[in-house]
Amino acid sequence: MNIVVSIKQIPNLTDELEINAEGTGLDHDALQYVLNEFDEHAIEEAVLAKEATGGTVTVIGVDTTGELDGALHTALAKGADSAVKITGDFPRGTDSHTQAKLIADAIRGMSPDIVLTGVQAADDRDGQIGPMIAAHLGVPYVGVVTGVQVKEGKAVVHKEYAGGVMAEFEVALPMVVGVQAAHQPPRYAPVSKIRQIAKTAKIDEVTGGAGPRAGSTVRRMFKPESAGHAEMWEGSPEEVADKIATLLAEKGLVKRG
Amino acid sequence: MAKDILILAEHLNGKLADITFEMVGKAKELAAGFGGKAVAVLLGNGVKSLAESIGADSVLYVDDAALAQFNPEAYGRLLAALIQERNPRVVMIGNTSIGMDLAAGLSVMTDLPLIAYVNGLAADGGTLAATSQIYGGKIQAEALPDGEACIVACLAGAFPADTGKGSAPVEQIASPAPLDDLKVNFVKLIEPEGGDVDITQQPILVSIGRGIGGQENIELAQELADALGCAVSSSRPITDAGWLPKTRQVGKSGLTVTPKVYLAFGISGAPEHLEGMRGAETIVAVNTDSKAPIFDVAHYGATCDMLDLLPALTEKIKG
Ligand SMILES: Cc1cc2nc3c(=O)[nH]c(=O)nc-3n(C[C@H](O)[C@H](O)[C@H](O)COP(=O)(O)OP(=O)(O)OC[C@H]3O[C@@H](n4cnc5c(N)ncnc54)[C@H](O)[C@@H]3O)c2cc1C
Ligand SMILES: Nc1ncnc2c1ncn2[C@@H]1O[C@H](COP(=O)(O)O)[C@@H](O)[C@H]1O
Repeated sequence: MNIVVSIKQIPNLTDELEINAEGTGLDHDALQYVLNEFDEHAIEEAVLAKEATGGTVTVIGVDTTGELDGALHTALAKGADSAVKITGDFPRGTDSHTQAKLIADAIRGMSPDIVLTGVQAADDRDGQIGPMIAAHLGVPYVGVVTGVQVKEGKAVVHKEYAGGVMAEFEVALPMVVGVQAAHQPPRYAPVSKIRQIAKTAKIDEVTGGAGPRAGSTVRRMFKPESAGHAEMWEGSPEEVADKIATLLAEKGLVKRG
Repeated sequence: MAKDILILAEHLNGKLADITFEMVGKAKELAAGFGGKAVAVLLGNGVKSLAESIGADSVLYVDDAALAQFNPEAYGRLLAALIQERNPRVVMIGNTSIGMDLAAGLSVMTDLPLIAYVNGLAADGGTLAATSQIYGGKIQAEALPDGEACIVACLAGAFPADTGKGSAPVEQIASPAPLDDLKVNFVKLIEPEGGDVDITQQPILVSIGRGIGGQENIELAQELADALGCAVSSSRPITDAGWLPKTRQVGKSGLTVTPKVYLAFGISGAPEHLEGMRGAETIVAVNTDSKAPIFDVAHYGATCDMLDLLPALTEKIKG
């Protein structure tokens, strides 16, 4: 079983996000990058599949941050067998269409049985690259998946709809999967192991050319002008607790002791 | 026909999803601006009566046994063929579990630009301006397609559903592509297991997110819920980690709840979470990040540490 996982770093969403002077993109200099959380699940699901059926896991990413090595080393520490990075002159926040083409071109020759991507990343507006890679490779895609089982020549996947309803599909391989959650919480890789791998592991480098473009242009980027904002309660946790208790009492939901 | 708007009607278990009506309503407004029609496309099996309940300008439907259940491969093929055949100005697809399997692939297959995560659409002097909600709801990006035509993937709840309800002339069309050699086979639907508590029926919810820090702190939330006589619900990462059962998850892929009071503790307010709790009567958010998007939908908020607040509030309630 030849398993490929494509991973991506995105800005840490708990940081303050600043918009650039032109008002058309983020100020990328001010950002810290973390691995997209759904990719943690994609890596876990890939390693679980390998443990169940044998085979190899290759992690691949387009290095748009110049910092992808760390994420690749972590994936290797978690059980991936090899790592590939696509390098080139990409601006940070490169669109999905460009990246999908680069990844599809890079993995075509690997003849993967299954390609796992995260279900989505929060940092682009031109859609998920999983279905785009699938379209470039001419293979099926199923996303919002919470469990993949691979057997000879096929995969059984569970796709989530709203309200906890799921559909089970059986798909002839090769295919691309958009992983929402691994069927087990992602494992932890000890920092010492990642450090050690960083010293010895070899990351294969592929140079990527220019791809197609998103096909749309941002005219204005802004922070949401929300219709309303919460009335903020200041004070210590005790004071806030008091406000909440009063609110619940006013609504007749608790007795005010 | 290059002025029409094609809308994918979404349905599951014999019921049209609200997103269908939301997109149709918006499409009618936009189509009028472009001088075209809002044409809904319904793919299914035995779906004539569903087709008749969509308030578009017209409804096309394909009736085929292979479409008895959603199948991403079948839908993708048919939509690609229909788009090529009819050359619409705009294609609207839900940014939903179903639509997320389709929009991006179609964009590659038809060579049309895609603007996803859309929660605002306007016909700006004949040009379509689409606003996307990105970075977990922290940023909005307004974009214009480079050419005339494009695909947009619309977020649930972005547009009102009322104007999309009604009826329109329906027309059954032959399947525009073969469906007999699919590599994706639907096996079965799996209904959620009944949980110990039904979070949709609670007057108060103590809802926790990743701010809870670790599994050992779940009991702080449970103690508060016990004191209040209500249940603990959560955001997705908490159920993914196995700290709470799946039946406690609120949001896009969880349940939709409308309690009298929703206490959101340590939840950032990602769009996928807001989808499931925006309708609560009163929302109180506690989050150490004063910029968290949850404060945009909450009625009351505080920026203290939930791990201090939970025991303090439990004490107050116990009296
Ligand atoms: C197709 C799809 C479907 C999804 N469906 C759902 C769904 O149904 N439900 C859902 O919830 N998500 C869903 N998600 C995931 C969603 O995108 C977010 O990842 C998720 O909602 C984030 O959960 P969170 O707010 O708990 O975590 P985070 O976004 O990590 O937020 C944690 C928050 O806690 C705050 N915090 C940290 N420490 C403290 C403290 N001590 N005290 C107070 N605050 C603190 C932080 O400031 C932060 O704002 C879905 C995603 C996809 C792609
Ligand atoms: N630059 C990239 N390199 C590798 N994988 C990527 C890249 N961009 C996106 N992906 C994959 O596609 C998933 C969805 O991201 P996105 O298409 O940005 O919504 C991510 O979770 C990754 O698995």
